[in-house]
Amino acid sequence: MTESKEARHPVLKVRDLKVYYETPKGDVLAVDGINFDLYEGETLGLVGESGCGKSTAAMGILQLVVPPGRIAGGEVLLEGHSLLGLPENMLRSIRWIKLALIPQGAMNSLNPTMKVCDQIKDVIIAHEGKRARKDIRQRILKLLATVGLPGRVYDMYPHELSGGMKQRVCIAMAIALNPTIIIADEATSALDVVVQRIVAQTLLKVKQALGVSMIMIGHDMGLMAQMVDRIAVMYAGKIVEIAPVADLFANPRHPYSQLLIESIPSLKERKPLKITEGITHDPRNPPPGCIFQLRCPFVMDKCRVVAPPGLEVKPGQIVACHLYQENKDGSMVNVANAAGNT
Amino acid sequence: MGGITFGYLARRLTVFFLTIWISATLIWLIPRVAPGDPISAMVARMTRQAGYVENSDVIIEGWKARFGLNDPLPVQYLRYLGNIIRLDFGYSLAFFPTPVNEIIGRALPWTVGLLLVAITITFLLGNFLGALLAWRQTPRLIKYIIPLGMIFTSIPSILAALFLIYVFAYMLDWFPMIGSYARGMQPAFNMEFIASVIKHGTLPALSIVLVSFGYWTLGMRGMMVTVEGEDYMHLARAKGLNPFYVLYRYMVRNAILPQVTALAITLGTLVSGQVLVEYIFSYQGMGTVIFTAIRNQDYTVIQGASFFVIVLTALSVLIIDLIYPMIDPRITYERK
Repeated sequence: MTESKEARHPVLKVRDLKVYYETPKGDVLAVDGINFDLYEGETLGLVGESGCGKSTAAMGILQLVVPPGRIAGGEVLLEGHSLLGLPENMLRSIRWIKLALIPQGAMNSLNPTMKVCDQIKDVIIAHEGKRARKDIRQRILKLLATVGLPGRVYDMYPHELSGGMKQRVCIAMAIALNPTIIIADEATSALDVVVQRIVAQTLLKVKQALGVSMIMIGHDMGLMAQMVDRIAVMYAGKIVEIAPVADLFANPRHPYSQLLIESIPSLKERKPLKITEGITHDPRNPPPGCIFQLRCPFVMDKCRVVAPPGLEVKPGQIVACHLYQENKDGSMVNVANAAGNT
Repeated sequence: MGGITFGYLARRLTVFFLTIWISATLIWLIPRVAPGDPISAMVARMTRQAGYVENSDVIIEGWKARFGLNDPLPVQYLRYLGNIIRLDFGYSLAFFPTPVNEIIGRALPWTVGLLLVAITITFLLGNFLGALLAWRQTPRLIKYIIPLGMIFTSIPSILAALFLIYVFAYMLDWFPMIGSYARGMQPAFNMEFIASVIKHGTLPALSIVLVSFGYWTLGMRGMMVTVEGEDYMHLARAKGLNPFYVLYRYMVRNAILPQVTALAITLGTLVSGQVLVEYIFSYQGMGTVIFTAIRNQDYTVIQGASFFVIVLTALSVLIIDLIYPMIDPRITYERK
């Protein structure tokens, strides 16, 4: 976490990724040109409100976008190799070995007509070929133990498990082949807080044990604060801010990030929820300029015309907002504050 | 698996016998409510044959006494139930000294055989095509051809039967028009006889398959589309499994379950749909027996044949019910 950025090497590069859904009234720009790197061994959080394109972004990375969705542009580079346009059989051999998924809604993510062991076994056999039955059994039992499940789960069907147990089966499945990257798509959101805690701890434990790179998608800011190294805030298909988690919580720069963090309920005081003010634009027809202009409390004329480029306001903290400008000497200035001070 | 307890089995068997008892009662009741009765039908038949029947009153009274029709209804009913338990349906009225059981015994194996083959082919073919129709990787050409084959679904089975007879028996002369096996052949367990049975059974079976497989195709397609949207399909694709494996182990395996339920529900219709088809092909099964009996007002045969068809249907539903927990692990009849 404290390593310098230069020393780390990115395992996944996402460049200008666009995923659109086709509708009779035009394309929904679910993911509209996102950029980020995922470094080896790090956990990147991807947060944002429902419908902002978090899960779609994950599907874009996994090359699992299904019609009416399509990848409209951009690049996904896994260890330097582009995933886009790879034929399906090539993709299939990469899947789960390089990119594993802990699905959203683990309640229904397991095949109801297959035993837990068979569902873990099939992915092992698909990628490593047939193995001795005894070896596979030992391996699956070990995986179940890693995620804190008892051995009797091995022979059980999904409907015999609780939600938290199913989610942990999914985690065990995700680490079965020691993947390079795990994408956890709202892995804990369908669970109550107690089970959430157990699953989150399991995830942390697994991550520390394997040193795997992880993208955690979610909207629980509190959970994110504890789980991730860096955090990317998404709004309406774009990443508006990306920063080390401590920096983002201590000093969120983008107005949307500020609102998100303010919205975390406090035990000490009751405060009005600000984030609901304003409306989100029609995702088929985004306004010119900044994507957040309709809800932004600091909106300026410039925001309605020019889309803000990403600006590194602090090492590792990139914000897409006209409020911040680079001075000639390379220092950063907050336009709003600067105007107020002089 | 195999989560069937004695308790469940006992309950399910009770329902089975209850169904049969209620149907038996209805079979007994309906002729007594409907106009006409077996004896006047028989006298009418004799009159037709002989022109005039002497002392018909005496004959009628004699028969009434012999059949016990002068006894109070509850007594008749209990006697009828007693007979049914012993599977004794008396004698055919139309072919008098022949017992009903003999007529049914000759016809039942043919019907069971034809039905079993036709339903199995219909179910497998229909679901297979339905799965292909919904699967993303299916070649587009196949997706266009399958619906064309389903045109027959909208026409009645008798018309399909006539069409098949015209094309394959009359025009092309590939298959015989009528019968269950070549005339003059002695039923025996040899290749020649079996070949003849298959040849004669093809068109009747085909006319049942043609008109009913579309039902399964459409149902299966719908179920497959539903399964396609399930979260576990998403995960299956992310796992990078072989697409054929995903098709049968994840999609078909789950989509087929409601189809099996539907099979149990529609079995009764399938059986009754076969009556006319058998008659058209003069196939010596229960359908022909029932049809002939209705024409001859052969009450005892109608009673016996209906009863056996009902037992057949109830038995099939019972079997499907009992194997269901083996194909769907979520259904167990075990109380833990």
